[in-house]
Amino acid sequence: MTNHWIDIKNSDCILIMGSNAAENHPISFKYVTEAMEKGATLINVDPRFTRTSSKADIYASLRSGSDIAFLGGMIKYILDNKRYSEEYVALYTNAPFIVGKKYGFKNGLFSGYEKMPEGPSLGKYDKSQWAFDMDKNGVPKMDRKLKHKRSVFQLLKKHYSRYDFKTVSMITGTPEADLKRIYDTYSATGERGKAGTIMYAMGWTQHTTGTQNIRTMAIIQLLLGNMGMAGGGVNALRGESNVQGSTDHCLLWHIWPGYLKTARASNTSLAAYNEKWTPVSKDPLSANWWQNYPKYSVSMLKSFFGEKANAANEFGYQWLPKVDDGAVYSWFDIFDAMYKEKMKGFFAWGMNPACSGANAGKNRTAMGKLDWMVNVNLFDNETGSFWKGPGMNPASIKTEVFMLPACVSVEKEGSITNSGRWMQWRYQGPKPLGNSRPDGDIILALGEKIKELYRDGGVFHEPIVNLKWDYETGGAYDPHKVAKEINGYFVKDVTIKGKNFKKGTLVPSFAFLQADGSTSSGNWLYCNSYTEKGNMAARRGQKDAVNNIGLYPEFAWCWPVNRRIIYNRASVDAKGVPWDRKDWVVYFKGEEKDGKYVSRKWLGDVPDGGWYPLQNPDGSWRDDAKHPFIMRKHGHAQIFGPGRADGPFPEHYEPLECPVEKNYLNPQMVNPTAAVYSSDADAHATCDPRFPYVGTTYRVSEHWQTGLMTRTQSWLMEMQPQVFVEMSEELARLKGIQNGERVNVSSARGQLECSAIVTKRFKPFKMGDLVVHQVGIPWHYGWRWPSTGKEESANLLTPAAGDPNTRIPETKAFMVNVTKL
Amino acid sequence: MSKVFFIDTTRCTGCRGCQVACKQWHDLPAEATQNRGTFENPPDLSFSTYKLVRMREMETNGKLKWLFFPEQCRHCIDPPCLETAGDEEAIYQDEKTGAVIFTANTKNLFADEIIESCPYNIPRKAADGTLAKCDMCNDRVTNGLLPACVQTCHTGSMNFGDREQMTALAEQRLAQVRKKQKNASLVDADSVNVIYLIAEAPFDYHEFVTASAGAHGVTRHMALRKMVRPFTRALRQLA
Repeated sequence: MTNHWIDIKNSDCILIMGSNAAENHPISFKYVTEAMEKGATLINVDPRFTRTSSKADIYASLRSGSDIAFLGGMIKYILDNKRYSEEYVALYTNAPFIVGKKYGFKNGLFSGYEKMPEGPSLGKYDKSQWAFDMDKNGVPKMDRKLKHKRSVFQLLKKHYSRYDFKTVSMITGTPEADLKRIYDTYSATGERGKAGTIMYAMGWTQHTTGTQNIRTMAIIQLLLGNMGMAGGGVNALRGESNVQGSTDHCLLWHIWPGYLKTARASNTSLAAYNEKWTPVSKDPLSANWWQNYPKYSVSMLKSFFGEKANAANEFGYQWLPKVDDGAVYSWFDIFDAMYKEKMKGFFAWGMNPACSGANAGKNRTAMGKLDWMVNVNLFDNETGSFWKGPGMNPASIKTEVFMLPACVSVEKEGSITNSGRWMQWRYQGPKPLGNSRPDGDIILALGEKIKELYRDGGVFHEPIVNLKWDYETGGAYDPHKVAKEINGYFVKDVTIKGKNFKKGTLVPSFAFLQADGSTSSGNWLYCNSYTEKGNMAARRGQKDAVNNIGLYPEFAWCWPVNRRIIYNRASVDAKGVPWDRKDWVVYFKGEEKDGKYVSRKWLGDVPDGGWYPLQNPDGSWRDDAKHPFIMRKHGHAQIFGPGRADGPFPEHYEPLECPVEKNYLNPQMVNPTAAVYSSDADAHATCDPRFPYVGTTYRVSEHWQTGLMTRTQSWLMEMQPQVFVEMSEELARLKGIQNGERVNVSSARGQLECSAIVTKRFKPFKMGDLVVHQVGIPWHYGWRWPSTGKEESANLLTPAAGDPNTRIPETKAFMVNVTKL
Repeated sequence: MSKVFFIDTTRCTGCRGCQVACKQWHDLPAEATQNRGTFENPPDLSFSTYKLVRMREMETNGKLKWLFFPEQCRHCIDPPCLETAGDEEAIYQDEKTGAVIFTANTKNLFADEIIESCPYNIPRKAADGTLAKCDMCNDRVTNGLLPACVQTCHTGSMNFGDREQMTALAEQRLAQVRKKQKNASLVDADSVNVIYLIAEAPFDYHEFVTASAGAHGVTRHMALRKMVRPFTRALRQLA
């Protein structure tokens, strides 16, 4: 979330699309309800009428996988009807930037495309063809009047001119009247002082166009001036209480803690690595915050290797693994490699890939090709017991499985970081049961054992023996030591910015981190979370900030530097006066003399940098100010996003498996850069009469994730006892299916038995003359429990294909058949 | 002054946290259920289910609604069940809270008669004839806590407090909801301690949202029964 949960209450218009907040993020509805009672409009767009829809002022359905068409139509509407906030767009976004002549878009492809027959990516782009034109000083050329033919604004207009009501309706199956009503209602937040917000989740991300779904909405939010505003922003509702934290601390392969880049093989030295990933801006008005990159990377290395890291050995840079250039090591690639017998061992830690991974049948087979597997979890699950699962012959499986029981979250101390980036400390409740242990203890013991094994040498033993591993107190894992390590220390006596710091004291914030090895920080983004003032995440102050918009700055702690709403300097105009005078986020209140600001003072939230506003009260431009989007190289928010793998503007492509023979917007059917896996376990079927219905997966309030913690809970099983497939009354009639009867659902990859829920809440989609049916299945089940073994994972059906930027799987749109048993 | 629930169905998202909280506080066993083609489960109130969120899909003029009704005992101000039982050892009303409490002695009552007397079709019997239903979490309430279902509700659908405070809240919410939903009403507010705000016709939610005709209050039939009760009880004990 750019904003946070409580902030939803400040919104004037809430769009819930790509998520089902009432069911899957129930507590969010406390704030949605509060906003609605203050007059906010709630819009919900979902293929199926859900418990969220039941509370919406406006509901519309769309076919799964058509979100970019839906939102692209909104962009066109905003531009055609001048609903955008012109001042904001011209000043704070890259709409005025001039794009180079090499950029082009033709037949559904951007310039620079190249097919990749080897896969898994279908193709790739030479992104240098999308570069901006630069002036002689190396600053992007701009036309703040937004008239230049190759300005981002004009290119945007041209790109979405094709997304007219008729075409969009053909693709989405949403009636034109519904489109118009939603576009009109939502785009009213472009007015000064109004803010609209988006609450999305996996309904947007889990597509081959996942990243671009979010990008399309980000463009809308920028056009309407909703970024940085209270009640605005782009808000991802995380699917687990600490997903944000695990991402921040680099759960994913392509990043190091704090969104630093994983080193590539071609980054042969620390200097080369830092040079490659540190952006350079020649614009004096651009803060270009990432120019500090080397301070963060070196401080991280100091944290990893402590005293063993020094300038002479590149702070241990060579001890960290590098990934091959161009190679991808995502979840998909792990299981693909496992399936192809390229992996020997595997830790499944707090995961249940036998049920949670797309194309789960492939994952189950793949695990049978390992030598060993360690399952760290609360209970045994379908992953740990895969070898005795349906269709398995235990006698022929060589994989040795070890189970390490972990204790549950309330039995251990530590922090979680929620969707709103709030790091919240939790004390320990009851002691862990039986032999179960906190994850931290398990990791610590594992590390100690590995270090012991390498103590006398071994292949490339340096990273292991030199690893700083002093996180225990009295023989047990100490979460405070880890939290302090993440924040970081001064590792020698230093004077920075006129302040003296003693060796061994905690760094007050990342502004003090250094690239010379004098500071350590496990994750620069969390520097400021545990300081000499104490554990900031454990704070429980109930006082709101001066602007009284629910920031509660003394409750817990939030990254970066306790800034509750990021990009908040875009919530004021060039003179530092809030666009919204009522629910303002920051307000510049420096002293003024002769029409000029002469001192700096911001009120409200922690501003995105404390510089002067761009303009003085008399309208003169300052040369010591900074553009508000400080994390972007050029200081401007990116309507044109030249860093994305699949193009600088989002474009509608059909899901890998879809019900239509034609993409009505361009000749490309599927995202031309999508990742598609093609082992013999990866069948795909598009426009195939064997699988005529669109399928999607989702969650219900009553279960969580793969159901490991809920399927054994009798009160929850009482409410949702069986895996079900929801379908329209029309489809049920067509197939002769009675409500409540068991049916078979199949895809090109697998099948499972489900209870049919025949409901008015699913309706067939009318796409021109074509009628398309869609069904949906929750993915919470697995054969291990309930004991009948008949309630199986919906991921047996889903395809191993994903987004080119993230490799997130396309589990929200695929093709299935439904038949009577 | 009696305690009152105000249940605002217009704020209910059907998450069923209340349904689970009720089972948890009362330590009630789960029932073995099946998916019957609806989210609503278990299928009915029972001896071990005091609270059940009813879910109904309704389509009018092409507009779909999904209505949620967290069903429970209304703790009637003049409870017909109590009147019918006429045995304070079995059914009594807590003077402080107004909670209508069923005890283990309900086993000695004519269960069907008690069930029939309820205008909201709430009480359910065990195999041995003992009756059970919502007890207003009277143990929690008399110790200064909110009922479990109210405690868990995050949208403000479930509310609990003194009558005056709750009726004021109910009136205020009714006025607000009516701005958007003209048919909104408060159900039987003067005769019960569980006041529902609904936005559609009562039958759209569930069969027993309002008091069923004829069963409400003490009928002639019931008064007659009361007179002959000592005899029927004596007869039962003989048997």
